[in-house]
Amino acid sequence: MKKLEYRELTALTPGWLTAVGALGAVILAALGAVWYMEHNGHWVTGMTNQVVWGVPHVFAVFLIVAASGALNVASIGSVFGREPYQPLGRLSALLAIALLAGGLGAIVLDLGRPDRLDVAMTHYNFKSIFAWNVILYNGFFAIVGVYLWTMIDWRMKTYYKPAALGAFTWRLIMTTGTGSIFGFLVAREGYSSAVMAPLFIAMSFAFGLAIFILVLMGLYAASGRKVSSDLIRMKGRLLGLFCAANLYFVAVQHLTALYWAERTGIETFILFGGNIYTFLFWCVQVLLGALLPMALVYQKATTRGMVRMASILVILGGLAQVYVIIIGGQAYPLTLFPGMEVSSAFMDGQVAAYAPSLPEVVLGLGGIAIAVLVTVVGATFLRILPSSLAHGDEAEVEVLEAATHIDAEPAPAE
Amino acid sequence: MSHDTSRRELLKGAAAVVTLAPGLTLIAAEAGARAPGTAASPANRWGLLIDTTKCDEGCTACVDACKAEMGLGGHDRPLTDAQYIRKVTVTDPKSGHTHSLPVMCQHCANPPCVDVCPTGASMKRADGIVLVDRHICIGCRYCMMACPYKARSFAHEDQSGQKEHNPRGKGCVEACTLCAHRVDAGGQPACVEACAATGNAAMLFGDLNDPSSEIARRVAREATTRIRADLGVDPAVRYQGI
Repeated sequence: MKKLEYRELTALTPGWLTAVGALGAVILAALGAVWYMEHNGHWVTGMTNQVVWGVPHVFAVFLIVAASGALNVASIGSVFGREPYQPLGRLSALLAIALLAGGLGAIVLDLGRPDRLDVAMTHYNFKSIFAWNVILYNGFFAIVGVYLWTMIDWRMKTYYKPAALGAFTWRLIMTTGTGSIFGFLVAREGYSSAVMAPLFIAMSFAFGLAIFILVLMGLYAASGRKVSSDLIRMKGRLLGLFCAANLYFVAVQHLTALYWAERTGIETFILFGGNIYTFLFWCVQVLLGALLPMALVYQKATTRGMVRMASILVILGGLAQVYVIIIGGQAYPLTLFPGMEVSSAFMDGQVAAYAPSLPEVVLGLGGIAIAVLVTVVGATFLRILPSSLAHGDEAEVEVLEAATHIDAEPAPAE
Repeated sequence: MSHDTSRRELLKGAAAVVTLAPGLTLIAAEAGARAPGTAASPANRWGLLIDTTKCDEGCTACVDACKAEMGLGGHDRPLTDAQYIRKVTVTDPKSGHTHSLPVMCQHCANPPCVDVCPTGASMKRADGIVLVDRHICIGCRYCMMACPYKARSFAHEDQSGQKEHNPRGKGCVEACTLCAHRVDAGGQPACVEACAATGNAAMLFGDLNDPSSEIARRVAREATTRIRADLGVDPAVRYQGI
């Protein structure tokens, strides 16, 4: 393999300004949505006393889970020593930090009292998995930040392996923590299960890699750099494997619950209820979000376009999966009296209706915009992206193209 | 708790207000009241015993009393307005038998809401009363996800008509306090008083740790049960007839 050269994105080009401007506008709109929701109170959202976590949590959990998965590419290169992945380690780490920042941004701004963030940082109930997660998320920023530093600064090379191993271990624990937010809820039939932790880890692998592939292809296309088709195909096949892992844990989750008579109600509701959650589960999460991407990436002649499409589908399927878990799990009523029918003025026994409001959706999109903006700005000021990811025949073509380019005009100043 | 007993308590309370001089009154603590500055004691375990056979399905006296006592005016938005106590109608689909009962915070000995609260805002007093510290509640609503009894509400908007003993802040979670302000003054929860006033007297309040209390004696003598006892959270609210 030829010697790698990393180059920053060029700032202030028309494309860069458009992208940063558009992302900034989405973030501003999200802040406006937050102001509207906080000023009026949450009654203006779709959330109620029955569905207490809405679409901002769907986006936030999706991004937080994906953050951990986005780091996998770096870990495969460093912890597992797979050379083709090593040039992508920097982007992988930067994207992991960016996605976590976006996810946390959405979740923090949906708090009833976001102004009390300092309280969350200074008061810890160590029996709370939420409190643990505050530590795990902050720690993730720190450890992945150091890991990125060891990849960029050759003087830090000694610490590269320990940082890589530390970050890999940390991300596994972190996603275990995220899954356990739900797994530890003793009374909610849609959640309480140890399988939530490994399920979330499998989800993170798939979502994180899908986002990584799209960001990689997007940034390289936008900056006119080459990426080898083999590399994209290889990542696509790995994505297919992660989709299969996700499906496996989904199957375990639902088969286990179906086996318990007491959970027949919620399983019937989600899987066969003929409602929005049933549609999202079978059509979007399973079919579009897992089976179709697997079919696309395991073709003999998988193209870049197919891998790109598979990645987009995995992201859509992932959002649907998190929606079904978070909203579907709350929509089904709590069981206070097993085997009995109940009713009350507080909606006991009723399936809760939930329709996301526009401000909630805008806040969620703001989380995505934060993640992309951090990635673009990071890749602009740090040497994150290899100047070329072409190799083999494509690299030769690239050299020829470059030669033509040099013949045609003077080389650009570095 | 009978109607008479309730009136007797009231009279005892009235007698405790001593006029020292015109314009100057001394409000003496009731028997059983906690002196100011004294911490709640683990020697007490305040609880309720609710006899659902005495609970009239159409009666909402406990709910109305709670709203008045705690200043829960509401905004006529049933999905987002706070409810500390509600009447639940339970029907056996096999037999069609129906009964009604009030459900509120069950003041668990092992409260999931306290376990999951990241900041410690959800907390259990030494005497078993579960409360939310509104000063450090960040409004994450994880306690609402964790509560097996759907007992908590989120203050979805600005609140008016608040009571001094129940400050409510937009963006914080709230729930039944077992009328801690009354209990600390030696009284009993508003719902219990209101239930007694209707003559149904389906609710009995007292110290489960005090063997001489009526509630402890009845719990020792009669069959009682707790909602979702299988979860092991050990609620302080016991029921009969469910």
